[in-house]
Amino acid sequence: MKVIIDGITIDVEPGTSILNAARMIGGEIVPPAMCYYSKLEGSGGKCRTCLVKVSKGSEKDPRPMPKLVASCRTTVMDGMEVQNITSPEVKEARKGVVEMLLINHPLDCPVCDQAGECHLQDLSYEHGSEATRYEFERRTFDRIDIGDKIQLHMTRCILCYRCVYVADQLTEKREHGILGRGDASEISTYIEKAIDNDFSGNVIDVCPVGALTDKTFRFKQRVWFSKPVDAHRDCPTCTGKVALWYKGEDVIRVTGRKDVYGEVEDFICNTCRFEKKNTSDWVIEGPRQISNRSVISSNHYEQLAPPPVVRKNLALQAANKEEFERATKH
Amino acid sequence: MGRKLLLEHINVPGINTFDVYRQNGGYRALEKALKTMSSDDIVEEVKKSGLRGRGGAGFPTGMKWSFLAKPEGKARYLVCNADESEPGTFKDRYLMTYIPHLLVEGMIVSSFALGANTSYIYVRGEMMPQIRILEKAIAEAKAAGFLGKNILGSGFDHEVYVQPGGGAYICGEETALIESLEGKRGNPRIKPPFPAISGLYNCPTVVNNVETIAAVVPIVNDSGDEYAKLGIGRSTGTKLISASGNLNKPGVYEIELGVSVEEFIYSDEYCGGIANGKRLKAVVAGGSSVPILPANLILKTANGENRLMTYESLAEGGFATGTMLGSGGFVAFDEDQCIVRNTWNFSRFYHHESCGQCSPCREGTGWMEKVLHRLEYGHGKLSDIDLLVDVSKKIEGNTICPLGDAAAWPVASAIRHFRDEFEWHVTNPKEAMERNFGLAHYADPLPKPEPELSQN
Repeated sequence: MKVIIDGITIDVEPGTSILNAARMIGGEIVPPAMCYYSKLEGSGGKCRTCLVKVSKGSEKDPRPMPKLVASCRTTVMDGMEVQNITSPEVKEARKGVVEMLLINHPLDCPVCDQAGECHLQDLSYEHGSEATRYEFERRTFDRIDIGDKIQLHMTRCILCYRCVYVADQLTEKREHGILGRGDASEISTYIEKAIDNDFSGNVIDVCPVGALTDKTFRFKQRVWFSKPVDAHRDCPTCTGKVALWYKGEDVIRVTGRKDVYGEVEDFICNTCRFEKKNTSDWVIEGPRQISNRSVISSNHYEQLAPPPVVRKNLALQAANKEEFERATKH
Repeated sequence: MGRKLLLEHINVPGINTFDVYRQNGGYRALEKALKTMSSDDIVEEVKKSGLRGRGGAGFPTGMKWSFLAKPEGKARYLVCNADESEPGTFKDRYLMTYIPHLLVEGMIVSSFALGANTSYIYVRGEMMPQIRILEKAIAEAKAAGFLGKNILGSGFDHEVYVQPGGGAYICGEETALIESLEGKRGNPRIKPPFPAISGLYNCPTVVNNVETIAAVVPIVNDSGDEYAKLGIGRSTGTKLISASGNLNKPGVYEIELGVSVEEFIYSDEYCGGIANGKRLKAVVAGGSSVPILPANLILKTANGENRLMTYESLAEGGFATGTMLGSGGFVAFDEDQCIVRNTWNFSRFYHHESCGQCSPCREGTGWMEKVLHRLEYGHGKLSDIDLLVDVSKKIEGNTICPLGDAAAWPVASAIRHFRDEFEWHVTNPKEAMERNFGLAHYADPLPKPEPELSQN
């Protein structure tokens, strides 16, 4: 099936969503997604940041779709034409959604553990406006401990429902969901019961903001000062493929391996995540590749290479062809 | 006197009981349908009748029925949406209270047409008396052999169940209703798939409004062609209008579509004019979610034609100078009513009823409510008015279900038509707390709206 996204044609399997087709192309035309998580069935459609304009429905029925559609939950049709960053309407709508997501967000990035790997931070940096028009008190909640390892700070939550899907799909019991309605809804475990399951820690990894944090890591280190390393161990419960985050010689945090869209490759178990914090528990594979656009990489593995001057100048690129290709590989 | 189809026998004493309903020609449609018609015949009649969904969207019912997927070995369901909770609309409650057998008969006939062996009436939780009335009516129908196995020897089995909801406005959205009926949280589903393909318990489902299902009874009785003779153009048949506000005779009226708005408000047959001899200021013509219109625009369109009570005429002029028939919640405001306060009140409702699933609606409804509260209580700024318009635009069309649109339209239209009143609230906060703005000096008739720039 052929689909054209922002003028770029790609062949995809039937049943692929517009978002996934855009991810196959990659680059700037990929719509941001705060609630969609490819490994969680039924996720997506809620945050509305991935809205795109379908300017041609399909080859058979070329009418455009009347409204902007959520690209994560709309499947492509043969000959469909999609506008993302080329449509001013989409950009405007996205800016509106980002504003809506931020009006009740505490913006406490300076004390938030997620800062540096927070999707809302990236999103507002790229699509938001610099000042808010909201002049009312922001909604706040008390912090809740979900078990002894996870803390829920509802104030920061953007209600993407990802953790609800994790609780539904990875754990055996439904013990984690949404209470309340409208802007009073909150993520909660029923009567603050602790989540007790081997895979419950994955709610931390899927959370796009700092609402669910690892209590064994809270306030230990800013994420961009820690050094991520790929490692694995022979784990009876999960695949054991993780990323270790070092502060000097110490492992201060264990997470799943997240790709460029913030999705983990494999869900890991709580033993790997919370218990195994010695280098001797792990087989080290090597430094983790982090995109050089991420703040996490700014201090160590990759520099901002090649320098911007080279990026803009074709003559310099031709002269340094080999170095340029190596540097832009990821 | 306009012709009545649904409320023909409403004044017969005891029409809510089976015996009296039967004596007045009740369950005639059921006998006719089951004995002489095939299910396709009924769908064809409904198509011919031009009946459009009475819940608000006005989608042709016959077409909706023909979209129903019919896979082998899968049950099909008919669900009646009796979660009527739009502010200003109370026609379904009236129908269910006083003539419940009409709905039950309609449910059985429609289910037969769709091939559904089980159907549900999802009633809003606050309507406890209506739930008991319907259950009594169903029991009576069952005792008479109109429900159960092999009805009237036709081989058609059917059961109707009444399911009380929890009282959420959002559960009136068909997919949220289905979720709620399945026992889950009433969040609207993301479409597609549409309920006609995968609805209740992942089976093909049709969700229809109470009035729509009731209207199937006269269509089967008198034939679709006969029904289509009533009304004008694509707005056929009769419609229940819940008239409320500052009217001499508020209440539920059955009108033939095509009555002029002026006649509906001022004639003695219907609302009998504005109460206490006051002047009309504005009208919300189809329930709280449709755009509000000032008196001059509700009586005459921008082109100077008489506005009629039809889907098309009320929508004449688009959102710039028109509104919608919606669910028929007709609310009239006299000169002493405050539009800002009313808009705030509507906003408060949508803020409270937003399900919180998608971000623009969850956050935007609350934001609009807070700004409107500030305007109403004299702390507003002039920039707030443009802010409201902008926020409503950011919500409209960007949400999963139409609740976002429903929350945005009243605000946007109130500001469009009553901007001077909003500005007056900002410039004269003290006075605004003490008295109302009254009628504004609108240009009458309004100049023709400029054609909207075509979107690329």
